[in-house]
Amino acid sequence: MTALFRSTAARIYAVLITLLLMAPFLVEWFNQPFYLDLLSRILILSIAAVSLNLIMGYGGMVSLGHAAYLGIGAYCVGIPAYYGIYGGWAQLGLTILCSAAFALLTGALSLRTKGVYFIMITMAFSQMVFFTFVSMEEYGGDDGLVIDLRSEFPGMLNLENGTTLYYTILFVLLLCMYLVHKVVNSRFGRVIVGTKYNERRMQALGFETYRYRLVCYIISGVMCGIAGFLLGNFTSFISPEMMDWTRSGELIFMIVMGGTATPFGPLLGATVFIFLEEWLSAITIYWHLIFGILLILLVLFAKGGLHGLISRIGSRND
Amino acid sequence: MTNPLLSVKNLSKSFGAVQAVENVDLDLSPNSIHAIIGPNGAGKTTLLSTLSGELLADKGSIVFQDTEISRLGFARRAQLGLARSFQITSVILPMSLLENVALAVQSVLGHSYRFWSAAMEDSTIKVSAMEALTLVGLDSRANLPASAVSHGEQRQLELAMALAMKPKCLLLDEPMAGMGVEESAKMVELLSSLKHSNAMLLIEHDMDAVFSLADKISVLVNGCIAASGEPAEIRNNPEVQKAYLGDGDLADA
Repeated sequence: MTALFRSTAARIYAVLITLLLMAPFLVEWFNQPFYLDLLSRILILSIAAVSLNLIMGYGGMVSLGHAAYLGIGAYCVGIPAYYGIYGGWAQLGLTILCSAAFALLTGALSLRTKGVYFIMITMAFSQMVFFTFVSMEEYGGDDGLVIDLRSEFPGMLNLENGTTLYYTILFVLLLCMYLVHKVVNSRFGRVIVGTKYNERRMQALGFETYRYRLVCYIISGVMCGIAGFLLGNFTSFISPEMMDWTRSGELIFMIVMGGTATPFGPLLGATVFIFLEEWLSAITIYWHLIFGILLILLVLFAKGGLHGLISRIGSRND
Repeated sequence: MTNPLLSVKNLSKSFGAVQAVENVDLDLSPNSIHAIIGPNGAGKTTLLSTLSGELLADKGSIVFQDTEISRLGFARRAQLGLARSFQITSVILPMSLLENVALAVQSVLGHSYRFWSAAMEDSTIKVSAMEALTLVGLDSRANLPASAVSHGEQRQLELAMALAMKPKCLLLDEPMAGMGVEESAKMVELLSSLKHSNAMLLIEHDMDAVFSLADKISVLVNGCIAASGEPAEIRNNPEVQKAYLGDGDLADA
């Protein structure tokens, strides 16, 4: 760990994590409870971006349907709650089961395609889920579903408390970042990364790349499903809108902005994305335009996204 | 004669109307080098790809170590011990040479569904990868990214990756392609030293290399084997001279 904090970039990240850990106190200090909500949302989307980064950044599988898992996770909280089942473990188990099954089914088909076809087919699958939920009148259809009580983890967590929920989200995020870091450096991860750059070579080496990619796709799907589980609990209101393909596009934005295939990229990207969205939309209704220009500038001039920028500043100071 | 390691019968592969490989018969004995020569477009690389499993043959049989493998996939055949190198260098450019070879080592250590401990900190992987790099003379370059070394060194890396798979049979597609004279000479030396432990099927345009290395040579013309035999026989075969070597190459070889 000491080696980790030697570089300037690592110190910046250490400060960032410390700030996130202290956020509930700071928010109380400055009496700005709104910001804890904003941060919770950022952290949830960061988990989703971390999971997408695993397949997209490290694995080269650009999915434009990842938001479907956010929806699946959220509905795995909402639908049981609708029937009066608030047990957190049951809802979480359902989330994992449903997102794994969805990833297995759609991945098995999508991963037979490459490049643009993969992008299109993942998007098509997520739109199918989107319209399925739109058409389910019982669960509110287009209008969505209100969750009257958050998931219950008796004797362990009380998610009704905003601070507890915030720390739970932060804990899950850090856990996911650590997991992805471990996985990409493991033997499994080396196969995934190698396949991104040269699938033919990996097959020549004897790796059945399709299966490795499918397993990776499922891991990523489950991780994003858990982000959806937290999102459902956080918003207490779920609607199909949260799994629209434009949401998936935003996740890709966040990763590219923060730095693809980097451990902190998704968190950086999600943070800047949401803050910009928040501030710019308060200034003008044409905020998308400014946002787009900023993104283009970042892609053109900051190779490796924000993480790349920070590393470069860091290496200049070291 | 010993049982062949790899035995090919009646192998054919076509792309639409083009018959790329037609009724090819081929036997590769253990610890020997069998070279395939032939003009450009004769179907040499297609033949190699059907053997490695990248392409599935239309008909015919491929028996490797008494197992019929013609319907098995690319990765499966590699696991059985058929390792191929590519004519156009195919390595993982952003990774270091050591990491490239480590992947090859990983593939022989059983499945890679290991999600936790860091692969590059595994001493078994590192030691074997380093051995393969040393064998081809790249040990001093181990930590450079593959994109940063010369073309000749990338060719050597290709071979190191194939060797690290501890294959029973190497399928080499023009290992000397694009190499300088000196590098080629080193490669010939290396390949002949590997003959004791590996059987090789070698596609090569460098006739000096072919005639000094091969125990047996087959000439492929328009997808068919036009002639097959010891280097001396091939050298003196008038049919072969007419079809392929007639431009005087042979006299120099």
